[in-house]
This record gives sequence, C-alpha cells and structure tokens, in this order.
Amino acid sequence: MENHSIKNLDKIANLARQNIIKVTTEVEGGHLAGSLSCIDILVVLYFKVLSHNPAMPDWDERDRFILSKGHAAPALYTVLAMSGYFPEEELYTLRKINSRLQGHPDSKKLPGIEISTGSLGQGFSAAVGMALGYKYDKKNGQIYCLVGDGECDEGQVWEAAMFASSYNIKNITVIIDRNRYQIDGETEKVIKLEPLKDKWNSFGWETMEIDGHNLNQIQEALEKARGTRTVIIANTIKGKGVSFLENNNKYHSKPCCREECSLAIDELNKKLEFI
Amino acid sequence: MDLKSTRDAFGEALVELGSENSNLLVMDADLSISTKTCLFSGKYPERFFNAGIAEQNMVGVASGLSKTGKTVVVSTLAVFAPGRSYDQIRNTLVHSNCNVKIIVTHAGLSVGKDGSSHQSIEDIALSRVIPGLNVIIPCDAVETRAAIRMAVNTPGPFYIRLGRPEVPVINKINYEFKLGKGVVLREGNDITLIGCGIMVFEMLKTAKILEENDISAEVINMPSIKPIDKDLIRNRARKTGMVFTCEEHSIIGGLGSAVLETIEEEKNIYVKRIGLEDTFGESGLPEELFEKYGLSAEKITEKILKIYKKERSGYDC
Repeated sequence: MENHSIKNLDKIANLARQNIIKVTTEVEGGHLAGSLSCIDILVVLYFKVLSHNPAMPDWDERDRFILSKGHAAPALYTVLAMSGYFPEEELYTLRKINSRLQGHPDSKKLPGIEISTGSLGQGFSAAVGMALGYKYDKKNGQIYCLVGDGECDEGQVWEAAMFASSYNIKNITVIIDRNRYQIDGETEKVIKLEPLKDKWNSFGWETMEIDGHNLNQIQEALEKARGTRTVIIANTIKGKGVSFLENNNKYHSKPCCREECSLAIDELNKKLEFI
Repeated sequence: MDLKSTRDAFGEALVELGSENSNLLVMDADLSISTKTCLFSGKYPERFFNAGIAEQNMVGVASGLSKTGKTVVVSTLAVFAPGRSYDQIRNTLVHSNCNVKIIVTHAGLSVGKDGSSHQSIEDIALSRVIPGLNVIIPCDAVETRAAIRMAVNTPGPFYIRLGRPEVPVINKINYEFKLGKGVVLREGNDITLIGCGIMVFEMLKTAKILEENDISAEVINMPSIKPIDKDLIRNRARKTGMVFTCEEHSIIGGLGSAVLETIEEEKNIYVKRIGLEDTFGESGLPEELFEKYGLSAEKITEKILKIYKKERSGYDC
C-alpha cells in the first residue's frame, strides 16, 4: 500500500482510462464502457487500499480483490499492470491467442487473478468463500468484490449474500458498480433492481451509497467498511471520462474505432493537464 | 457378502480423514442426513458449513475456501451437482483448478421411489466432459473409502458418484485405489464386461449366469471414468473382440461412451452399451426399476445372449 495523494490517484485513473481505451481499440475487443465505470474504484483499491504485493501475488496475508463482473477484465488488467504485476506492454495481448490476458479473467493463467470469473454471480460466492477461509484462519485480510448492478439479477448473488450474513462474515466488502445499464438496456427497464439498498440491508449487510467516481468518497467508504460486512453502492456512469462514451450503451462490449480513440485520448489528456 | 451403502462409507471416510487432516472442510446443501456428511458435522462442527438449499452458492463458496489453502468436500445429491450447479462447477470450481471434491450420493435409478426428478442419469456425461475434472464411481463401500482417501490426498477437482442403497461389499478391506486404473475382477475369454458403481455386482452375477451358458465373461470394474484405463480397455477388447458396458446412467455420454472413445481406432471389436436408453426413470423399488429398464443381471444376460448368438456363429446354447 503506497501513500498516493488523491491528486496522484486522479492522474493514475486518467492514465488507466487511456490504457483501457487504447488497448481495446488496438485489439478490437473488450468491454469498454463497464471497464470505464469501475476503473476509479479499482485504482483506489490497488493504489491505496489493498494490502498486496505485486512481486508476491500469493502472499499469505494479502487482502484480496475479486472481479465478479469478469467482463470488466480490461480495467482489472490495467490496474494489475500499472501496479507492477506484469509489464504494461503485455496489455496489448488482451484477448489474443496465447495471451495470459483472456477475454475474462483466468486464474490459471495470470498471477494476481484470485479465481476465474466471467459467468455472472459466481465471483461473489467465491469471494464469500475466501472471506470464510480468512475468518476460519483468523487472518486480518479483507476480501473485496466488485459486482455489476446487472449482475444482481443472478439468484446466486442473493444466495451468497444470505450465506455471508448467516455465518456472520465480517471481512468482506462488496462494491456494486451501479452504472444503471446492462447489455439489453437500462437495468430498471430490463428487470427492476430497486430498492437495491433495502434489498442488501434486508439480507443482513451494512450499506453505503457513494459517488463511484469521487476518489475521496471511494477511499473513505472502503476504509470505513474494513472489518465489516458492507455493500458500497457506487453510483457510476457507464463509459465515464469521455464525453461521447458516457451513458452510451453502444460501447458495452464494443471498443472505440481509431478516430474515436484519438478523440477520447485527446479529451483525457486535456483533463490530465488540469489535475 | 456384507451389505453397505457407499454413502455410509463416505460419511465414515470423512470422519476418518477429518481426524488425520485438520485442513479438511466439508459443505452440504441441507442434505447432510441423506448424504451422511452429518457424521462429519457431528464430530467436527467447526469444520462443517451448511449452505442451505443453495447448491450454486455452495460450489462457489467451496471454491473460494479452497483458494485459502483448504481441502474442501462438497456434497449433495447427484441430480443437484453437477445438475443444479453445473455452470458453477465448470466456470468457478474446475476452471480455477480448485482443490474441491464434489462427492454426491443418490445417483441413478437406485434412488427408487423419489422418482425421475431425483434420479440422476446424466451426471457422468456432464462431469467427464469438463476439462480437468477427475470422475470416480466406486462400486462398494471399501472402494468408496479408498477413493475418497485418494481424492482428498490428491490436489485438484474430483467428482465422485455414490449411491443410495446398500450394496454388496466386493473388495477386500486393504484395497488401494489407483486413479486411472481399472480392476479385473474375473478372468474370461469370450466377452468383456466393463462397468462401474452398483452395476459391478450385477456384472459379476451376469458372468456366473453366462458361465452356465458356456460363455466365459471377464468382468472389469472401471471406477476411474476420467482418467480412464485406456491400456486395459484396449488390451481386453482386442483379446475378446466383444465388449459390453454396464452403467446406471444414460447410454449417451457415460462410461459406455468413454469406452467407445477409447477404442475408436480399433478394428473388429463389437461394443454394446447397456444403460438407460435415452429415457427418464420413474418411481419404484430399485430392483423393480433395474428389471424394467434392463439393468438387472437377468436382463443384461438376456441381452448379451441374444447378441452373442447373432455375432458369434456356431454358438448355440
């Protein structure tokens, strides 16, 4: 855990966005918009909150992060590379043959991936299992799990939520990337999630609601949640950071073309000057 | 011959292994009395986690637990794992190479009166098709104990299929389980019978009846469905040229299919798969169901005699 200032994290988040956009454009694939909605959360986790060691990914006392919404793999790979798990150039092998950077995270291939995810609802159960294992061993580490809002459609999410409170697990933090979209459209139009906070409360979880792009709020919430069983509903914007990508569900699983990519990078570079 | 269910042997094996290995944790999905994991939970309550009637989450939690250095056994009925929790077994448990042993009971028709909703006849196909999942079907209580010991002491994912009823104990108490090996229980020259689980005893009975009809049948117990004993299957198939497979499972995708896959490049070998012919089971006593669906020794013998007469000219009984 390094002592980055918020200003520094802001820069890292901006550069991470640039990486995600450039890489997905270059390899012509990857879930762009949902990676941009959660990248601020991942940056705060990997550069501020998580107790981890990129040189020793299997360090026994580490905090753990599980990306249950595995399709945001470009965001996870970007923070793993930027924090030193592997060289940033390797990001450009994303989704290509013989790459360690599979379309969805593969724990057999890439150090730093705690468990394979991609089929929704499953990473959260595994995260609960890891939290139970830490509790059983009386370890201090915290388990962090990022769940998509659309992912909460899955019944398994609620099975796991019930299990965690039934076993009084208090070393797990769930962050919901509440960008309000899933593939087929707005979450509330596809299948109603609200009142989402009440649902989690009634399943025995502490809840917080934050602006998922405010680095201060993210950090504060994550620190406050340590040692508890809390869901942080992070209100986010799909495609956040680039004007023409924001709330544009066309980019759910489609990257920018080359022209759009250079426009996006220009826009992010301008923002970078003001940080 | 002593009678004992493989699920009873499972419960006892867990208690035994639990005393040797404090790292062994067990989960069940509200069926611990049926699966016999209750024997373990009674002895080691702090190492047992009931997931409730939520098999999908149980598989996920077990996978996560294993990633904190634990050896985890999950148990429920075969129809719920791999059935109910298939995607979780594929995409979390096996995909991440978790050290989790899926040990299920109540497989096949011998569930009996609960009927087809609870009679798993597809699970061998479903489990063995997943890359990297070892699949084991013990034939009796002794082999169950040995197989579970082997699986718990071998890193990686396993699927072990057990039954509900009491079955005769065929193996000797000092039996050691060898992953990937078949066991020749009876030598013979005319035909080869290959089976697993509860069908092994039926095959032994079949071989005796066939002997009275001047057919010498060798009987092979094939508890390791994956990895499978390719050498033994090929050598014996070449020797007799006529193979019958027996399983309490659909003939689509099960042991019979695995045997066929093994000898696909062999010439002049007759293979007949005996099992459920693309049909669900129904309620009834296990022995009634075995009779109706052609899995009893008598029915198997009838089928073999008919084929043998047709395929081997000169034979007349």
